[in-house]
Amino acid sequence: MLKMTGIAQRADWQAKLPSQERRQAGPYAVFECYQEIPCNPCERACPRGAVSIGEDINHIPQIDYDICNGCGLCVARCPGLAIFVVDENHAPGYGKVLIPWEYLPVPENGQEVVAVGRDGQELCSAKVVEVRRAKGQDRTIVLGLQVPVEHVNMVRGIKLGGEDNGR
Amino acid sequence: MVNIDLLIVGGGPAGLAAASTAAALGIQVLLVDEGLNPGGQLVKQTHKFFGSGEHYAGTRGIDIPQQLCRGDQENITIMADTTVLGCYEDGVITALTGEEKYFKIKPQRVIFATGASEKFLSFPGNDLPGVYGAGAVQTLMNQYGVLPGKRVLMVGAGNIGIIVSYQLLQAGIPVAAVVEAAPEIGGYLVHASKIARAGVPILTRHTILSAQGDEAVESAVIAKLDENWQSIPGSEETIDVDTVCLAVGLSPVVDLLRQVGCKTKYVPQLGGDAPLRNQHLKTSLDWVYVAGDVAGVEEASAAMVEGRLAGAAASAELGAGAEAQEIIAQCQASLDSLRGGPVGEKIRSGITQLEGGVANA
Repeated sequence: MLKMTGIAQRADWQAKLPSQERRQAGPYAVFECYQEIPCNPCERACPRGAVSIGEDINHIPQIDYDICNGCGLCVARCPGLAIFVVDENHAPGYGKVLIPWEYLPVPENGQEVVAVGRDGQELCSAKVVEVRRAKGQDRTIVLGLQVPVEHVNMVRGIKLGGEDNGR
Repeated sequence: MVNIDLLIVGGGPAGLAAASTAAALGIQVLLVDEGLNPGGQLVKQTHKFFGSGEHYAGTRGIDIPQQLCRGDQENITIMADTTVLGCYEDGVITALTGEEKYFKIKPQRVIFATGASEKFLSFPGNDLPGVYGAGAVQTLMNQYGVLPGKRVLMVGAGNIGIIVSYQLLQAGIPVAAVVEAAPEIGGYLVHASKIARAGVPILTRHTILSAQGDEAVESAVIAKLDENWQSIPGSEETIDVDTVCLAVGLSPVVDLLRQVGCKTKYVPQLGGDAPLRNQHLKTSLDWVYVAGDVAGVEEASAAMVEGRLAGAAASAELGAGAEAQEIIAQCQASLDSLRGGPVGEKIRSGITQLEGGVANA
């Protein structure tokens, strides 16, 4: 399905999550990178050395979840905008997901937005709880979204500024 | 007559990389480009590039030209707004700057880095205003800040179709759908996922049947394709769009190579007719090299490495020595690495068909 629609299916992305135990232990990065393409900036992006690709730059990145602390420095460094950071224990009943964002307008911290899934369909409302704009991100904004915890691994974007992108 | 060690025709990623490499090796370089500013397609590429971190991966295309080759670098002369018009067997190349200044160049070696041109698609209504090539949409939008339309149907889900769809969304223009005749998405899936989560449907095994409208595009009819690539009757759907953007592939621009007598071969994996060349990117003529999409359509990261390779190889013949040989070896290893994975398979099989034709040094 992914190769036909561009939409990762549940089995695809579930295979990218760390162990249940690690998921509860704190924030973790999810690399939604499913295809062997020649690309390796994520390997250098991690200051802790948790990401490895190896000599063949076509390999899919492997994450050592004992080392990854979910800092999110990799999120803006992936040219494919395919890295997200998930915190399943952000607040009681709520998780937090970091997403890369390259559209205008950039929502403000504290703003309520509509969260969408991998297929662009509306999932729930979300609160922007962080807006990162570090220089090293090179104009890719990183947004922290607070969402109901059951949606934290479903939410991968927010609805574009009121535009109708459906048919 | 302008006498020069090395002439480079085309100032895109391959040409700029070639110029910078040769100049650093002490070779006198003249680079001519028909655009007002060098950079080729890079000047429209607002997204971050893939590839190896050592080769501009993670850098936006628009920021690469000035990193690749500065105009004030020693040994380089860049002539913008200059079009090469002819290339002759006696080694004379003619060029036109602006609309008045016509002159001759006699280089010791030439590297053609003329890039590729867009393929077109036949369908009723394809001559209506509102039907664009993806390159034109990018030029309008990303170079001149002009919106090409209000609502777009993208034809083609290769990297260009998907990336331009993303850039349209960034400019605030809805993309009604991306249709792709093949059974699977041709571009990188991470690019496809970006537009999928923006709500753009990617419809594989679909094609455009026609564009409709009186004075300009008002709608487009799409249909499903069966396993034999034939449209399925009854599956037609009309989509209200004022813009149809075609991203259906590229062909190497080999006109000048043909004029001077370089041997070419039809290689569908590389976009069409491409020049025979050896592993140093030398063509069937001793003084003529190629680099980038003209040598077979690939992508910008490979084009930059090819430019560096051809620049070093031509410099070596002009007396640059051991340093040039080192660069050649590095570049060949980089190309092997970029083309090494499953997405490079088509390119590898295409290049094999071209490299047999010219003996290696």
